[in-house]
Amino acid sequence: MDRIPILRMGDLLLVTIQVDMHDQLASALQDDLTSKITEVSAKGILIDISSLDIVDSFIGRMLANTSAMARILGAEAVVVGMQPAVAITLVELGLNLSGVHTALDVEKGVEMLHDRIGTPELGDTDVRF
Amino acid sequence: MTTSIANVLVTQRNEILQEWMHLQLSSETRRTDLISETELRIESDRFLEVLSRAMRSGNFSDIRAPEYKAVLEVLERFSRSRGLQGFTPSETATFVFSFKQPLFNALRKSGDKDLSEQFENVWAANLLIDKLGLYTTEVYQQSREEVIRRQQGEMLELSTPVVQIWEGILALPLIGTLDSDRTSVMMETLLQKIVETRSELAIIDITGVPTVDTLVAQHLLKTVAAARLMGADCLISGIRPQIAQTMVHLQIDLSEVTTKATLAEALRFALKRSGRATQGKTAKE
Repeated sequence: MDRIPILRMGDLLLVTIQVDMHDQLASALQDDLTSKITEVSAKGILIDISSLDIVDSFIGRMLANTSAMARILGAEAVVVGMQPAVAITLVELGLNLSGVHTALDVEKGVEMLHDRIGTPELGDTDVRF
Repeated sequence: MTTSIANVLVTQRNEILQEWMHLQLSSETRRTDLISETELRIESDRFLEVLSRAMRSGNFSDIRAPEYKAVLEVLERFSRSRGLQGFTPSETATFVFSFKQPLFNALRKSGDKDLSEQFENVWAANLLIDKLGLYTTEVYQQSREEVIRRQQGEMLELSTPVVQIWEGILALPLIGTLDSDRTSVMMETLLQKIVETRSELAIIDITGVPTVDTLVAQHLLKTVAAARLMGADCLISGIRPQIAQTMVHLQIDLSEVTTKATLAEALRFALKRSGRATQGKTAKE
């Protein structure tokens, strides 16, 4: 069974969803992601769904659950690059994903995470400024 | 029996046309500014021709029958062009109704028959002309409705402009009533523009929205939620005092949306927010 690769960027993890998600793939991803977070003690997760153009309530819930899991493990999750059609569909389905952080693209997502968790290259005092 | 009308139309065609033209030219509803005499004559002549051909079939009651197809076609074209030229519905229908007088006169002149038969002829012709007259009004109405529909579509396109007012800040000034159709167009254009311009802030200005009820508020909240899912924040501005009151009375929950009284206020807020973001970035770099 194929798996969705998880890339490590410093203390961030990047997951790019490029295939149609189904139940097994989603639960495998959640397994992999949670263990990877503890393994590398990641501070932030980026879930890039820019190449996803079809969603259903299942994926919507999956996104909400994954970011909740990350939060429990001490990492901030950001969903990035959602397509307009996907956003409209989720809203129409009544899934506002209110607990999930979002950003326009990976770059802005990284920026956002660094704002929230602090830039690793610099000391804490610099960031506080 | 009724064939005599058709005969009259054929034999006295020129006299009828003369009288009819005279009548139309002297009529109050004549619009010299919109149509010339020659054009009117051509139209009248054409109508007479197709009508007499249709009448020869002996059918006087059913104008939807195939014999009348040509008549209806002529009237349809006539009615549509009149509608576009700016004639009123009565002016358009008078064209057909004014045909009664010359036709009845011609029937009377031709009559060596008894009174009751002539009356019957007149009555049959009367009914037929009424139907044709009403048909022109119907077509007129249809052509107007088509215009309205087309304009509605154009308005839908025109009424949802999304403008980039600053780097990373979009504005969506809404004017007019918001219904589901408009909201979905608005949502699509806004989200598309967010992707194109990579804007993180969008200001929805509702100064031009006359009333906000629960449905409109729901539409607005949906748009805000969809934009948020994509990673952009929405501000709602231009909420008038009365609308603010209504919203509270209707218990519309806007607590998750930043709202400002005016577009200027919203822009100031947006600039401050993005300004702070850039400041933070330079401090880090």
